[in-house]
Amino acid sequence: MDAAPKSDAPKVGRDDVAKIARLARLRLEEDELDRIWPQLAKIVGYVEQLAEVDTDGVEPMAHAVERTNVLRDDVPVEMLPRDKALANAPKNDGKYFLVPQIIDAE
Amino acid sequence: MSGSALPTTAVEITAAVKAGDVTAVETAEAALAAIEAGDGDVAAFVHVDRDAVLGHATRVDAKRAAGERLGPLAGVPVAIKDLICEEGQPCTCSSKMLADFRPPYSAHVSDLLLAADAVPTGRANMDEFAMGSSTENSAVKTTKNPWDLERAPGGSSGGSAAAVAAGFTPLAVGTDTGGSIRQPAAFCGITGLKPTYGRVSRYGLVAFASSLDQIGPMATTVADAALMLQAIAGHDARDATCLDEPVPDYLASLDEPLTGLRVGVCREHFVEGLDAEVSKAVLEAVEVYKSLGAEVVDVDLPHSKYSVATYYIIAPSEASSNLARYDGVHYGHRSEKFDPQNEDLVTFYERNRGEGFGDEVKRRILLGTFTLSAGYSDQYYNQSLKVRRLIKRDFVAAFEKCDVIASPATPTAAFKIGELVDDPLAMYLNDMYTIAANMAGIPALSLPCGFTAGGLPIGLQLSAGLLAEEKLLRAARMYEAATDWHTRRPA
Repeated sequence: MDAAPKSDAPKVGRDDVAKIARLARLRLEEDELDRIWPQLAKIVGYVEQLAEVDTDGVEPMAHAVERTNVLRDDVPVEMLPRDKALANAPKNDGKYFLVPQIIDAE
Repeated sequence: MSGSALPTTAVEITAAVKAGDVTAVETAEAALAAIEAGDGDVAAFVHVDRDAVLGHATRVDAKRAAGERLGPLAGVPVAIKDLICEEGQPCTCSSKMLADFRPPYSAHVSDLLLAADAVPTGRANMDEFAMGSSTENSAVKTTKNPWDLERAPGGSSGGSAAAVAAGFTPLAVGTDTGGSIRQPAAFCGITGLKPTYGRVSRYGLVAFASSLDQIGPMATTVADAALMLQAIAGHDARDATCLDEPVPDYLASLDEPLTGLRVGVCREHFVEGLDAEVSKAVLEAVEVYKSLGAEVVDVDLPHSKYSVATYYIIAPSEASSNLARYDGVHYGHRSEKFDPQNEDLVTFYERNRGEGFGDEVKRRILLGTFTLSAGYSDQYYNQSLKVRRLIKRDFVAAFEKCDVIASPATPTAAFKIGELVDDPLAMYLNDMYTIAANMAGIPALSLPCGFTAGGLPIGLQLSAGLLAEEKLLRAARMYEAATDWHTRRPA
């Protein structure tokens, strides 16, 4: 990314939230967008305070209890049987998950 | 079960069931009757399967009749937060997205509870996908605080906390990502423990923020919390983050006071935003420790003031990834409005997710998508991971000077339902004292330490170093044994 000065971080506007919603595959109705975008802008404004913390030379911490190379024996185990795996599908034909056709048949 | 002659704590119930003084079925019937009588008002449960509950209890009684050895939770009714899978039961996460979901397998914790001869007694309400601090984000119903039905029970494990506080079940399972066991425990006047990250397997727990989520007990006494932790802690290869470390006997030494206990108090915890009555109760609790011979030492946690900001980058980032699985294809909500003639595949997913998720879940997915997006991830996500390490280092340094840190669990007692619902940031600040333990992975609990003038419970938070649950529980028990707050029940 560009090394933009932290204090110049862009505010989140209505259009930004609409774009993020598309990226997140979330349909937001107009009234939802009206309600949610100012809330998000306020939250982003709040978390921006982290910019003031001096973190030079600090390693990012990805996990609460850092362990590496957690290994187990590679033993085959029973997988979920097909009927159980399909049981929660919104639509299925007993063999496959069914989805609306989105590729032209021709 | 309050008001009847039956035993009320898990320790008492399991002893009585083992001795044959009461049966598991009688105990389960009493819990079901209490739920029947009181849950119309409290709304702690989203689903109670009477036949399944009595089936579990009948099996426990049959085991005893056959002369088999009973487990450590024999006959104890346990409420299960509605995001821990029990095969055959709904697991909705209080979301429209999973309204019809029936998990095809059980969580490790569910298996362990049954192996301990506990009686799972119903699915407890929660904030949708565990995102919230009031249980108002449930798509199913709003749980009330048994101490004042106009107030929130806290969240996200609000149904679990309310079920225990109302006397429906002596134990409940909760989960804690940023305070979701401890904050509702404080609001409802019970004891709730978030164990060390990885102490309890999360196999079969619906994921929210995987580097923070942890399962833990909610109870009316420290001994009951210890009893449940004993049953659910331990290694499970099906959760790669689950620690392969021995589980101590938490009950063996519980009643022995710790000699030379050093209680850390952090000045930064007693600042603006902390309610005066809560502050007073917590400082009086510190005085109780002094009177018990503990040494009180000042500790510094200079980065703790950044915990909420750090959390609201890390947790939504992880949630936006974890919740990407809900696309309406393999399971979960599928929209009826999709028009395959005129709409594309992306719109299919957008409709399923837009209808299935509520406001708070949407806010967090959006926030996480933003903080992880190209151009912003260094500024937000990577910076938050670095601050997380600084928060953890503060604790490592503090626990060189003390054994446990005492602090408020929440900045205020229970707020009114509806009071904060339109101001997400104000709601988030409710977790200002609890989040740091999730960041550092350390165990922390809340136990009752007083009441406001208006009769609302106040929670004392104690935290300790990694895997120091035994010490933490003993320190909590010392305070509990010297006070009677935990014996008070809502009218």
